Amino acid sequence: MERNADRTIITVVGKDTVGIIAKVCTYLSEHQINVLDISQTIVQDFFNMMMIADMKNADKPFDQCARDLEVLGEEIGVNIKCQREEIFKKMHRI
Amino acid sequence: MINIWEVNETNKMIEQENLDVRTITLGISLLDCIDTDLQKLNDNIYKKITSVAENLVKTGEEIERGYCIPIVNKRISVTPISLIGQSACKTPEDFVTIARTLDKAAKAVGVNFIGGYSALVSKGMTTGDENLICSIPQALAETERVCSSVNVGSTKTGIDMDAVKLMGEIILKTAEYTKENDSLGCAKLVVFCNAPDDNPFMAGAFHGVTEADAIINVGVSGPGVVKKALEQVRGADFEMLCETIKKTAFKITRVGQLVAQEASRRMGIPFGIIDLSLAPTPAIGDSVAEILQEIGLEYAGAPGTTAALALLNDQVKKGGIMASSYVGGLSGAFIPVSEDQGMINAVEAGALTLEKLEAMTCVCSVGLDMIAIPGDVPPATISGIIADEMAIGMINQKTTAVRLIPVIGKGIGETVEFGGLLGHAPVMPVNRYSCEAFISRRGRIPAPVHSFKN
Repeated sequence: MERNADRTIITVVGKDTVGIIAKVCTYLSEHQINVLDISQTIVQDFFNMMMIADMKNADKPFDQCARDLEVLGEEIGVNIKCQREEIFKKMHRI
Repeated sequence: MINIWEVNETNKMIEQENLDVRTITLGISLLDCIDTDLQKLNDNIYKKITSVAENLVKTGEEIERGYCIPIVNKRISVTPISLIGQSACKTPEDFVTIARTLDKAAKAVGVNFIGGYSALVSKGMTTGDENLICSIPQALAETERVCSSVNVGSTKTGIDMDAVKLMGEIILKTAEYTKENDSLGCAKLVVFCNAPDDNPFMAGAFHGVTEADAIINVGVSGPGVVKKALEQVRGADFEMLCETIKKTAFKITRVGQLVAQEASRRMGIPFGIIDLSLAPTPAIGDSVAEILQEIGLEYAGAPGTTAALALLNDQVKKGGIMASSYVGGLSGAFIPVSEDQGMINAVEAGALTLEKLEAMTCVCSVGLDMIAIPGDVPPATISGIIADEMAIGMINQKTTAVRLIPVIGKGIGETVEFGGLLGHAPVMPVNRYSCEAFISRRGRIPAPVHSFKN
């Protein structure tokens, strides 16, 4: 089976505020990470966003990007998490 | 494409319901380390373990970060040391040097437990086996991370009652040697019937002689996830109950399967099996007893407990088997007392007794696990409890195990504190009538009639 190890799910959860998506997308574009899909919802008054991103051409390794985004999240006051897509595919697809 | 609800469900399981991978256990064969010279043997063992397992902890941590899934333990199991040490070790003290080597190697590679200080004596003991067994109290007292197990019976061979008698004495002696720490040594010692060769869970993990040179086995967990899922189907019928457990077990196992394959790929070591066990921890909401309560019991131990546990165990397997082609180890629901807050509550409320726990072990994986008993019980009584549990395994063609902790200096109602994943436990009463004459008979219990299938 084809391994698509570069596809990453980025989730942003927290209190809604101006410019969350802009700041995350700015980081992604600065590091050559391509966004494939974005969806967004409000769960129990919390802003909840999920992005599917392709890190194939990213200029930094996965671990570094994950840490950078975590720090960025702390600055904005939201929780940003980077996970490889496979865990969700394995769990929710037969 | 994956949608936001699926992502949120997975992350909720991890963040709020204690979903984790309990252990990546690297099985390492030490057969090629055997030497008649004790020093050389120890050197070989140290070199083999530290080279094969060099990247185990690092790989585990990388996988954790990649998927944001906690991998609680990284561990090692080795070929039973009684086999590896027999030609070099002439005394129990010689075997203890190997225990020290294992401990040193475990510390060097950063794993928290190393299993396989073991002997397989289901039909009889060699002098070497007996020496290893006699060295267990000292080995467990002098080391920190070494775990020991002894297989004293199987459906194919019957039960070695001489070994059962000896193990009663060894457990008490281990308790005595570690009495300063609430007899903690006994938490690292398991007596088995039908021990599996590929179990990744401690303290009973060892790398069977039928296994490859090195193998990755993964133990999943997730009682909290099952409990939360069952909260959604309160009052529903049994069909709905079973469906919910199966679906949840499927999801949990798939995460284990992913972690196992990833670890295998990154380390270049073949993947062995996934162990489907629901393994509780003392954390609130990570309890098998709470699942039983959610199924409809006031406390674990109430009438109906054995039936509810049988149902739970079977549905976990049915869901898990669909999720992974290689399932093995113990696979089922664990019911340790000290490691499960719901079990502790049940004992403290007077709902759960040793006898009920024994009945429960007939229908779930493993057996009498992490149970604190008074330190003044006679060794024959411990042997009697072991013999009963081994008989359940032998007759039912399943794995059973005993991990009892006779707490020196403590009596019924007092509490022992082991700390960490081992938790705390109230000291439970034991039937005080004697089985001395039964245990003192020599020899073995023959294999049951249904073992003759050839």
